[in-house]
Amino acid sequence: MTKSELIEALSARQQHLAANDVELAVKSLLEQMTHALAEGDRIEIRGFGSFSLHFRPPRMGRNPKTGDAVALPGKHVPHFKPGKELRERVNGSTAPIVESEDE
Amino acid sequence: MALTKAEMAERLFLDVGLNKREAKEFVDAFFESVRDALERGEQVKLSGFGNFDLRFKNQRPGRNPKTGEEIPISARRVVTFRPGQKLKVRVEAYAGSGEQ
Repeated sequence: MTKSELIEALSARQQHLAANDVELAVKSLLEQMTHALAEGDRIEIRGFGSFSLHFRPPRMGRNPKTGDAVALPGKHVPHFKPGKELRERVNGSTAPIVESEDE
Repeated sequence: MALTKAEMAERLFLDVGLNKREAKEFVDAFFESVRDALERGEQVKLSGFGNFDLRFKNQRPGRNPKTGEEIPISARRVVTFRPGQKLKVRVEAYAGSGEQ
């Protein structure tokens, strides 16, 4: 499922909302989540999961072209931990796994 | 402060103009739609934010951390999240608060 398919699914589910509002609302939610993580805040959604940041310490890397050593600074990366309901529903499913096409 | 569904709904009320009941229902429907797709075996790709992928994990040996007893961890299907480029770049810039 892609973002546009998610918008379609939500429009079908929330028929009283204008299609344009559904699109704006999806974009707002994704921006809110991105913004929270960019500020170092966690996201906690019961039954879905939580998002937090993990710290990757600085390390020495290499320029793959020249082989030169380069110092890479520490950074934060987003991390998702699925919640209980999501874990159970996904693990209980026997539907074949399908990957989504790009939009 | 963690971002929660209540706060997300409040923003949909303020920024998108949904009424409070619509906003609360919308936030629930959003996460339910993603769960639904994953339960149906569908990968979810939210461009800019990230992909929720499904992976199958074989049985592996495990241990009860309290008793030290060996118990196999059964084969299972799990969700993994791969952050998108835009999210990664915005998060990398976070300098840290020193209290993590």
